[in-house]
Amino acid sequence: MLSVLKNRLEQGCRTSRYPKETVELPPRYRGRPEIDAQAPADLADACAAACPQAAIDASARTIDMGRCVFCGTCERVSEGRFVRFTQDYETAVAEKSQLVTRGELPDLAAHSRQHFKKLFGRSLQLRQVSAAGCNACEADLNVLATPFFDLARFGINFVASPRHADGIVVTGPVSRNMKTALMQTFEATPEPRVVIAVGSCTLSGGPFRGSPEITEGLDTLLPVDLFIPGCPPHPMTNLHALLSFFK
Amino acid sequence: MTTGFNDFTPIRNGEAIPLSSVSHLPFDEFAAQALGIIANGGKVVQFFAYPADGKVRLMAVLRSDALFVATCDAPERYPALSVHCEPFHLFEREIAEQYGIRPEGHPWMKMVRYHANCRGVEDIFGNDYAEDIPGNYDYYQVSGEEIHEVAVGPVHAGVIEPGHFRFNCIGERVLNLEIQLGYQHRGVEELLLQADPGRLPFIAENIAGDTSIGHSLCHAQAMEALCGSAVDMGAKRIRTIALELERIANHVGDLGALSGDVAFLPPANYCGRMRGDFLNMSLLLCGNRFGKGLVRPGGVRFALTDEIRLDLSSRIDDLKPQVDHVLALLMNTPSVLARFEGCGRVSRDDAEKLGLVGPAGRACGLPYDVRRAFPTEYYDRLDIPENAESTGDVRARAKVRCDEVMQSIAIIESLLGDATETATALRPEGCPASDSLVVTLNEAWRGELSHCVLTDHRGGMLRYKIKDPSFHNWNGLSMSLRDTGISDFPLNNKSYNLSYCGFDL
Repeated sequence: MLSVLKNRLEQGCRTSRYPKETVELPPRYRGRPEIDAQAPADLADACAAACPQAAIDASARTIDMGRCVFCGTCERVSEGRFVRFTQDYETAVAEKSQLVTRGELPDLAAHSRQHFKKLFGRSLQLRQVSAAGCNACEADLNVLATPFFDLARFGINFVASPRHADGIVVTGPVSRNMKTALMQTFEATPEPRVVIAVGSCTLSGGPFRGSPEITEGLDTLLPVDLFIPGCPPHPMTNLHALLSFFK
Repeated sequence: MTTGFNDFTPIRNGEAIPLSSVSHLPFDEFAAQALGIIANGGKVVQFFAYPADGKVRLMAVLRSDALFVATCDAPERYPALSVHCEPFHLFEREIAEQYGIRPEGHPWMKMVRYHANCRGVEDIFGNDYAEDIPGNYDYYQVSGEEIHEVAVGPVHAGVIEPGHFRFNCIGERVLNLEIQLGYQHRGVEELLLQADPGRLPFIAENIAGDTSIGHSLCHAQAMEALCGSAVDMGAKRIRTIALELERIANHVGDLGALSGDVAFLPPANYCGRMRGDFLNMSLLLCGNRFGKGLVRPGGVRFALTDEIRLDLSSRIDDLKPQVDHVLALLMNTPSVLARFEGCGRVSRDDAEKLGLVGPAGRACGLPYDVRRAFPTEYYDRLDIPENAESTGDVRARAKVRCDEVMQSIAIIESLLGDATETATALRPEGCPASDSLVVTLNEAWRGELSHCVLTDHRGGMLRYKIKDPSFHNWNGLSMSLRDTGISDFPLNNKSYNLSYCGFDL
């Protein structure tokens, strides 16, 4: 008992004050990309050629955050003169087309499904389906339950049954072998319900694109309400997305 | 130990050799000698089929105090090695699934990942893969009026990867746990053969996100060996630090999960928080909490500047006593020990037969650790303690993790003590050597992780074989559950914390 108390004193209070106070991430963190539309064409072409995810459109001067794994290769190739990754972790969008960007993102809170705020703004119960990713997205969703993020203080929880859920959160590129379980989980979730796609794999197949065993984009199977890019999305990206979309 | 006489070719971890220098034996000799090596205490690292000049060959990579490899032509059917020697069990099923080669008399012939074989020959299991998993999966059943079956998954209650567990129980006592996986098969090995070379490191580090550094290292070391690239000492230090950070983060997370499973909430929360602190060190180092993007063939993509080095040192100094105190709290609490001790025992003999690796094996008294046995990166300059426990239960698996956490912290402290210089502008590598073989092993946090790469006559990828430590250890979980209360399943499951995606590939 004494050692419990001793540990308790040593640990202190660790919960972030976000969203009242911003959370700073270290300099090497790669968040929202910004594109310099005036950069020379050869620089844009070099970045597009170097991108392992084929996420850069050199002629349109855009980057597809759904394909991007935020590895920073393009920033390195262009020395930041065509693509620069900012420290902004608030990268989630409510429309898939908004993932293709030059860096400006719409205000997520002003999305077109405002009724979800009325329905779920005070209590949101989510059911998670892992659909063949690498488990990093799952890890960074699980971490939202730890003291620093303390998701439960916002009235948001992950539940054990789709019957208790207001929506599903999907991670991974939806393998052929996982498709039926995913669809059954979605169908078992009562309406009105929300579908949240987390991570590059769910948005586009991510690093596994081209494999015949996967689905390239959850939106080809289900109507997706919220798209959270990253590989994996930082927990703050997940937290911002949930709070902005629902509250 | 001595392996006795055999014609297997000795190889070294992470060194490329010409395929022509590998012993090619008649099948009967190959089988007899492989079984002989195992009978004398050897273990299977890899056992797989690969295409060669229009035919199929088998390759076995075995270890004792050294690594050995040999090949043979693959018969369409052959007497199963598993009948005599348990460690070949899952490998033979995998070969059957991937190449349609039948091991006659195999005692547990079932699908591994549920996909068609790559040769287009008749399916060994009689499946039509247009139908949904599990197809013709022949679940083990126990007869009797008092028997009941409990089926769990594929979608589990929490935020966790999918798999199917099926318990045969009498009352609350588990007679057998059958584990059926494959839900997350994304075709990684095939993709590595077809994808543009520039994509390979990204695919490798996404095999299993909690083992990104482990898989990236195996991949990078294989490519470095095939291309003749040298890695400077600074990069080796950084890669070693990254692998140890990965080990700590996962072990601390697992200890927190174990604590939560026995309803001891203080350490569960503290470990959950501290795991995040260790992941944030990886974020500081390379911009990704899981280390993605750091390790690349040729070295590392991010330098360890003095500013970052001192920041990491400071964070480690802050965290070390906290970790020590929380782990002491967990491991010294009588009610925790009452739940951990004796739960899910696996004997040393069974662990040897199953070929358990990593903390799961060390908990049963098998001290094998790749960092010590076949060191890579900076490990030949470090002393890696033997962490063998003897009881093979949940407490032993937790204790091994506690010890390794503190040891890894000490390793990182020592590696952060001096300035580290390394090149980070990685040049495109040269072409891989043609007709070559390289086997890489690393001690990932779950145990022995191995990539085996074969190139063809043009230097292209002929075969890319991946063996996750979980490939060995899933059977350990099944063994732990025998004669155990079913309510102890979550505790045992977390004490192994096996990889679904690393297995399903």
